[in-house]
This record gives sequence, structure tokens and C-alpha cells, in this order.
Amino acid sequence: MSIPIILIGVAVLLALYLIGTYNGLIVLKTRIQEALSGIDVQLKRRADLIPNLVETVKGYAKHERSVFENVTKARSSLMSATSLQEKAEANNQLTTALKSLFAVAESYPDLKASTNFQDLHRQLEDTEDKVAYSRQFYNSNVLEFNTKVQVFPTNIIANMLGFKQFEFFTATEEERKKVEVKFE
Amino acid sequence: MSIYSQISSNKTRTYIIFAIFIFLVSGFFYLVGLYSDSGPSYFVIGLLFSFFSTIGSYFLSDKIILFTVGAVEAKKEDYFDYYTVAENVSMAAGLPIPKLFVINDHAPNAFATGRDPKHAVVCVTTGLLERLDRTELEGVIAHEISHIKNYDILLASIVSVLVGTLALVSDWIMRSMWWGGFRGKDDDKDGRGGNPLFLIFMIFVFILTPLIATLIQLAISRKREFLADADGALLTRYPEGLARALEKISQYPHSMSSATTSTAHLFISNPFKKTKNQNWLLSLFSTHPPTQERINVLRSM
Repeated sequence: MSIPIILIGVAVLLALYLIGTYNGLIVLKTRIQEALSGIDVQLKRRADLIPNLVETVKGYAKHERSVFENVTKARSSLMSATSLQEKAEANNQLTTALKSLFAVAESYPDLKASTNFQDLHRQLEDTEDKVAYSRQFYNSNVLEFNTKVQVFPTNIIANMLGFKQFEFFTATEEERKKVEVKFE
Repeated sequence: MSIYSQISSNKTRTYIIFAIFIFLVSGFFYLVGLYSDSGPSYFVIGLLFSFFSTIGSYFLSDKIILFTVGAVEAKKEDYFDYYTVAENVSMAAGLPIPKLFVINDHAPNAFATGRDPKHAVVCVTTGLLERLDRTELEGVIAHEISHIKNYDILLASIVSVLVGTLALVSDWIMRSMWWGGFRGKDDDKDGRGGNPLFLIFMIFVFILTPLIATLIQLAISRKREFLADADGALLTRYPEGLARALEKISQYPHSMSSATTSTAHLFISNPFKKTKNQNWLLSLFSTHPPTQERINVLRSM
């Protein structure tokens, strides 16, 4: 075998490797973007449920004005948030505000008994779960991508082609699943 | 083992089981055919039969299984928690939402079936939905969705359908031999039909076939349950949910009425409860790892 043939072979292998790595990174990047829009869908769903909830609670507990104000404020800052960081913060803020809203609701038995309120409560809890799960999916994809981008030899190619690491979507500890301990 | 090697191992095993099944059934038909002096034509019938049942089991296993256990489709309006939990866990796993079914049975249990994540089904009993709270249900659904992700459902469903078919075939041949087959003995000139060795061999085949089938079932179930428990816990980030669910499921004292021996290995927990006079042979054939062991593993995560 002559040297040119070997060289061509090596070049072909190298090209194949480059194409494979590039495509792998693109696939992951697309998945991350998809996951990110998945989070947005859930955040929007959550924000859409709020006005209805506030109206329902207002019907029974008119004078708890500060609670409603907090919830509405948190909602509008979630709606206007653009960066990932802002969204995460606004979402956490909304969680805290909603917590006090539901605490207030505890002292109004009629409100608690209304099917409309129960239904909204259930849907809101489910949406919170959905936000958490879509964030988890996003983060696990980001983890995979960021690891790939940093590991040798992919990091060289990623640097050459300008792939940047993605940001994680962080949650506060209290928002994570409530852990109940039961002794039976 | 990574998830990708788990997937390819499940696919390979599925093809091997197809091959074993075709070999067993056509061989079986050939032997029966020898007995009535038409081996080759019986062999062809066996070959065609086993070939079409493997194809059928690949495409229709989920429907056959859902029909056998008497499952009906679950609507979002009627099963809010079940439906939304399935939506959420699929989202975390990055999979399409599986079709959701319920079995009307008081015993709490669940299984997944189908051939790949795009054609997947999760099925739970009404007893499960009554007894578990949302976090526990999440644990169970995440376990089932992990089975879907790993392609465990493909292997398990195919085994289930083929084992069912095998049982049916041996039962059918047994009957036809009983009513018509033995008469051929008197006409047999070379006396082969009367050969006691051959008869013993036939009896062996009758016993062996279901035995092999059961062993195949055992080979696929046990380790997979632990793996799906772990993967499921990774999805919910809350192993205690599944641990509590398993506790509740195992504490229920009665067997499921809609499960059969060929579908038992599909369920998250053995649908048949131990009876007091259970002998050692039966425990050899248990399709599930001890629940307490699984709970301990989950609690140590």
C-alpha cells in the first residue's frame, strides 16, 4: 500500500468523525431548545390559571388584598420574563405567593368546599409538577450537552464550531417535591 | 449497563426468542407428524403457523394482552391523576405519552406493553388508583415508563403472547392425539407408533414445552424489575414514592382475577399471592424478585 492511499484513508476517517460529532451536538442542541420551549408552555399554562384562581378566591375572601396583589405581581413578572434566569426567579416568586394564597384559603371553609376552587387547585398542582418535570428534562439534556462540549476531544471541535454551554434552569429547594414522613 | 446496551440486548433477545419459538413449534409439529406418518407436511404447517404467530405477536401483542386482561381505555375526564401523572413522567423521560388503560380489578397492580415507545401502553387496575396517592402513583408510572424506554415491553409482551400460543398448541395437540391419534397404532406396519420409547419421548415433549416456556419467562423478568425501579426513581427523583406503592401493593391479600400465567411476568408486582400450602417447586417458578428486597434497594438510594 502506498502512502497517499493511507493518507486519504485517514482523512476520510477524520471527516467522518467530524461529521458524526457535529451532528451529535446539533441533535442535542435541538433537543435542548425543544425542552426549553416545553418549559415555556408549562409556565404559560401556569400563568393562565392564575386570574381564574384569584377571581374565585376573591369571591369568598375579598379583604385579603395584599395576597392577591402579590400573586398578580408575580404572575406579570413571569409573563414578562425573557431570560432563563428571570423566568426561574419569577416562577419561584409565584410559588411563594401562591403558597400564601392557599394558606389564606384554608380559613374559608366555603371556598375550600367549592368544586371550582378544588378543580383549579388540582390543575395548578399538576401544572407545578409539569413545570418541574419539563425542567428536569431540560436540565438532563443540558447536562449531557455540557459534558460533551467539555470532554476531550469533542471540546476542540465544539470550540472550533462555536458551540457554547447551556444554562441550567434552577429551582429553589422548597419548590421541590414535598417530602412527607409518615410513621405507620 | 447503559440504557442503549439494555435496548439492544432486549431486541436481540426478542429475535432469539422468535427463533426458539419457530424451532420449538415446527419441531413439535414434525414429531407429531412422524407419529401419523406425515412428518414433512406437519412440519410445513408448523413452520407457517409459528412464522405467522411471531409476526402477529410483534405487531399485535399489546392488543392481544389488553384483550386477555380485559382492559379498557382511560379518559382524562375520568382519571385526572392517572392521566396527568403519565403526561408528566413521559415529559421527564422525553417520550410520547403512552396509551392509558385500566383494568377493573380490586387488586392493585400495573403493567406496560407494546413494541416501542411510539406504540406503548400503560395499564393499571382500578384498585391501584383507589389505594395510591399521587406521589406513589408517580413512582409506579415512572417504573412502567422506564420499562417502555428500555424496550423491556417488547420482549415481555412477545414472550407473553408466544408462551400463551405454545400452551394453546400443546393443549390442542394433546386433545387431538387423545381422540384420534392413538388409533393409528394398530395400522402401523413397522410398529414405530407402538414403540414405548417414542411414547415416553412424546410425553416428555408435552411436559418440556411448557417448562421451557416458563423458564424463558423467568429469564426475562427478575433483573429488569430492579433496573426499572432505579430508572423510575431517576425520573421522579423520589424513590420513597415507589417504595410506599410497592408496600401497599404487596400488602393486598388477594390475587388478581384477570391475570393469567402467561401475563403474570408483565406486572409490577406478582399478581398471584402466595397460598399457605405453596411448595418449593412453585417458588422456583416465581416471576418476580421479592418485593421487600426491592423496597430495601429503593430506600437505600
